[in-house]
Amino acid sequence: MIRAVMVMNTQGKPRLAKFYDYMPVEKQHELIRSVFGVLCSRAENVSNFVEADLIFGTDTRLVYKHYATLYFVFVFDSSENELAMLDLIQVFVETLDKCFRNVCELDIVFNFSKMHMVLNEIIFGGQVLETSSTEVMKAVEEITKLEKASNAISLVPKSVSSWQN
Amino acid sequence: MATSSIMESLFQRSLDDLIKAIRLQMIGESNFISKSLEEIRKELKSTDPQTKSTALEKLIYLNSLYSIDMSFASFHVVEVMSSSKFSHKRIGYLAASQSFHENTDVLLLITNQLRKDLNSSNEFEVSLALECLSIIATHDLSRDLTPEIFTLLSSSKLFVKKKAIGVILRIFNKYPDSVKVAFKRLVENLEGGFDQPVMSAVVGVFCELTAKDPKSYLPLAPEFYRILVDSKNNWVLIKVLKIFSKLGLLEPRLAKKIVDPICEHMRRTTAKSLLFECIRTVVTCLTDYETAVKLAVEKIRELLIDEDSNLKYLGLKALSILGSKQLWTVVENKEAVIKSLSDADPNIRHQSLHLVMAMVSEDNVTDISRVLLNYALKSDPQFCNEILGSILSTCSKNDYEVIVDFDWYVSLLGEMSRNPHCQKGVEIEQQLVDIGQRVKEVRRELVRVARDLLIDPALLGNPFLHRILSAAAWVSGEYVEFLKNPLELIEALLQPRTNLLPPLIRAVYIHSVFKVLVFCLHLFFVRKHVTSSSLDGLAQGMYDLDAEREFPEGPSLVRRECSSASFDCEQDEEFKPIIQNITGEELTIENGGENLVAFEQVSLSTSFAKDPSNHESIVGLIDLIKTALSPLSGSDEVEVQDRARNVLGLIELIQRETDGWLIQMEDSFKGGKVKALKMIEILHGAFSVKIGPVLRTSQERVPVPEGIILNDNLADLDSICGDILSPPTSAFSMGNRLFGENYGNSSLDLQKKEESEPSTESTSLLAEHRKRHGLYYLSAEKTEGMSNDYPPPNDLQSTVDIGDGTQDLLKITDQSLSSKRKPKHSKPRPVVVKLDERDEKPVSSVKPLKDSEHDQLSGAVRNILLGEEDTSASSLTKPSDKSTGKRRVKELSSKSESRPEDKLGDAAPEVGGSSSFRRSKHRSRGKEREKSPKNNDENKEGNSQKDKRKSHQHSRNRTRHRADLPLNVVAQTPVIPDFLL
Repeated sequence: MIRAVMVMNTQGKPRLAKFYDYMPVEKQHELIRSVFGVLCSRAENVSNFVEADLIFGTDTRLVYKHYATLYFVFVFDSSENELAMLDLIQVFVETLDKCFRNVCELDIVFNFSKMHMVLNEIIFGGQVLETSSTEVMKAVEEITKLEKASNAISLVPKSVSSWQN
Repeated sequence: MATSSIMESLFQRSLDDLIKAIRLQMIGESNFISKSLEEIRKELKSTDPQTKSTALEKLIYLNSLYSIDMSFASFHVVEVMSSSKFSHKRIGYLAASQSFHENTDVLLLITNQLRKDLNSSNEFEVSLALECLSIIATHDLSRDLTPEIFTLLSSSKLFVKKKAIGVILRIFNKYPDSVKVAFKRLVENLEGGFDQPVMSAVVGVFCELTAKDPKSYLPLAPEFYRILVDSKNNWVLIKVLKIFSKLGLLEPRLAKKIVDPICEHMRRTTAKSLLFECIRTVVTCLTDYETAVKLAVEKIRELLIDEDSNLKYLGLKALSILGSKQLWTVVENKEAVIKSLSDADPNIRHQSLHLVMAMVSEDNVTDISRVLLNYALKSDPQFCNEILGSILSTCSKNDYEVIVDFDWYVSLLGEMSRNPHCQKGVEIEQQLVDIGQRVKEVRRELVRVARDLLIDPALLGNPFLHRILSAAAWVSGEYVEFLKNPLELIEALLQPRTNLLPPLIRAVYIHSVFKVLVFCLHLFFVRKHVTSSSLDGLAQGMYDLDAEREFPEGPSLVRRECSSASFDCEQDEEFKPIIQNITGEELTIENGGENLVAFEQVSLSTSFAKDPSNHESIVGLIDLIKTALSPLSGSDEVEVQDRARNVLGLIELIQRETDGWLIQMEDSFKGGKVKALKMIEILHGAFSVKIGPVLRTSQERVPVPEGIILNDNLADLDSICGDILSPPTSAFSMGNRLFGENYGNSSLDLQKKEESEPSTESTSLLAEHRKRHGLYYLSAEKTEGMSNDYPPPNDLQSTVDIGDGTQDLLKITDQSLSSKRKPKHSKPRPVVVKLDERDEKPVSSVKPLKDSEHDQLSGAVRNILLGEEDTSASSLTKPSDKSTGKRRVKELSSKSESRPEDKLGDAAPEVGGSSSFRRSKHRSRGKEREKSPKNNDENKEGNSQKDKRKSHQHSRNRTRHRADLPLNVVAQTPVIPDFLL
């Protein structure tokens, strides 16, 4: 299963961190830091895999992809395929791209909860549930619509649950 | 109230505001964050849900990206979760999944909220609850919500269904009893699912479950097989392959069955991920099938020559899995492997180094190591050390199994030490000493290598080499009889730059000076004595000469040969082993130890005799030592001071005993000198006992001396010193080591025991002393970085052309791997001293305990799949459950059996399982008959089956039959069920 998903910029600032096993925040912070330490020491155009046993314990690997100013990092164990994870990063980024139209770091900075929304549709409890970015987009749009609706309602009280069918 | 809440929400910072503000803070970010945290705390207490949820959203953000603890807000999280507004609820759930864990106390409060949301008609609300559960579900939550999840498993909405399947993994793990309820539905989804997302979710869940406990899921193999053959989705196929690579290891017949479809996928697929997964499955569990392995190797080769470094890396990785079982596959691809050694990617280099080392054998170790060393010279420090490390570990494996020519290996170690990046000091130190102890024949070369290292002043400047130098100093002191020029060595050991060494290593240096000095003095006295006194005097001191007299032929022959050897060692390189053979044989025929000493001395006295002014050189030696060590007798470092004073004390003693005879050139040899001679004799006797390797467990065999009650004595110490004494454990363990060595010595080196009976007591005392101050005492000091103003060490290898290392290695491995075995070793492999149970790590008595939850889970799964009551695992099961469980199994089994027959019967009878299923009906009946007498329960089982069989299809019978088997597996010899045949 997938253990963690991280997005961080090339200065090591985390932009998204999701751990599928509970970790205390200090531990999360430390892990992100050590992952960044490994990544920033790697040259361009080398393989995208890192043996992560030292950071995350035995039987873990790490796949990362570098887009512009951002690193996308997936940490997973032996029940995932390395190349498939690489594809999954691609799916994730494609979806973000569709979501924000030419995604850049700023979009990711200011759309914290939307990032989570997208990610939750793709990875669920450490398992890959959806690999088609169109499907993900469909769900995300629905949810956004729903949120907007619920906010609009808030101005006119007592008309709740009009959407509940 | 109302106005205040409006005011609050009007003037509240939104998450966007917060982010913008943080981005504006160039400095004092943490200040700002703690200020806004205060704000958030206030806002959380607000009664307005909007304000509250916005505050929570900000808090999640800070928690996730700025590592701010948010456990204080857990009750507010529950509040926001229960908001009726979707946008609030979403924030609440996100916060919960981010911050809740097993020990969060408010978890008790959310059960009802979760239940409500799971039952909601809005699929997105359901999905929120499921998502949250998939991360935070605990035992209690799983238990209470299993019915809801069960309902959702058959939801008509795919969006919900796939998430329900996803969450079931967590539920099973946390609450194994839920298997009884939900497992069947899960399997149904496996059978019926042609909706891709659902299928991939189910297969994903099974992949996780199988990874933990493959055996329980063997009965589902037909289902997985069907997916393997039918599915077109790469994600699903990858997961199924993962499952099969676990199951295939358990069940060889299953492996046979899946070979063909996997090969088919390998040939057809264009997706690299699937291709790689096929390869990995073949190399992990299908290595017995030659065609499959060949195809896999072919595909691996394609990966290896691919431009993409990811594929290259994975190819190497697959190869190294395969290489451990079938080395030829690595050899076949060696070109690509060796080329990758110079890849820019550290991962790839690492893997290929690993593979190159896997190819090492007795025949090519020399060549491979040579070329790798050249590689190491031109690669970056980190990889260089990786190379050195792997050479060291490969060569030393199983007591230097692959090494035939130890002289070569020792000089290789010397060469490694001169590598400018070398940081393997500890390993090289350890091996130098270890080889010295284990391999007698190599000691001469070892001393030569050590001398070369010690004599180079430049090496002293490199702190990483200090450990090696320490070993070199120890070796040259311990095997001083092989020294060609003791004077030169003493000069090297006392050179001014030794002040760069850490004190403990310096102490080793001085102690080696001590040994060499004793050796020189002894030699000197003995010669004096021989020339000046009659043969009948001082029999005790002269035992060596006695021996010579008694067996005049042997030693004199030895002397002749050896003197020639030591004079022109360089030219007679190939002559040396013969000499050693002769001496070895001679010495074992006659009583070995003494003669060995005689031989050593004689051979060295000849070499020492090269120096014409012998007396002068001794005097000069003593002068040199005195000048060099006198300042150190006041050193701040106790070890150094101690050693220096030892040496100076000895010199003083000798001089006193000989009444300054050493200084005046006097030839007479009188009573007083005899005393000095005796003293030196005793010391020398002590030093010539060689330390042997020690069994790691030998300490345990040392009987505790009577009257020692360590605990009692030390308990007092404890109470007195309290916590001031932090290092007593280490000090104590060092004592243990010492005991162990003593023991090892006495038991192992029996042949050396006959050495000088009169001085046994002092010998043992001195031996102990020496050991304490020798190698083992000094293992824990740290090397400090020191300024190095000296030129870099002489680079022995700079002459070697390192440009075409790859080509070299290619050629070399070509030769040495293609030709079976070349008898090119002129020398036989020397004996390597081994101990019986050497290096056997103390077996840990604690077996890895199985996770109890996990056990329960697999037990439960077996119950469902096999319809048996596993008494050990689920004692909680009630009778009513039993019956339902059985009923379910019936349904399940009939379904799972009938489907493949329907499906595959017409489609592909050969490939599919259908034909074999039909065959198995008869077979299983027969088998059952054989098995039934085994025990009563089974017998009963069998009877009931017969009844059922009358009314039902045969397929039922097969499931029943299956059911018995894994239990047999547990209880008796493994009986393999035929699932697929």
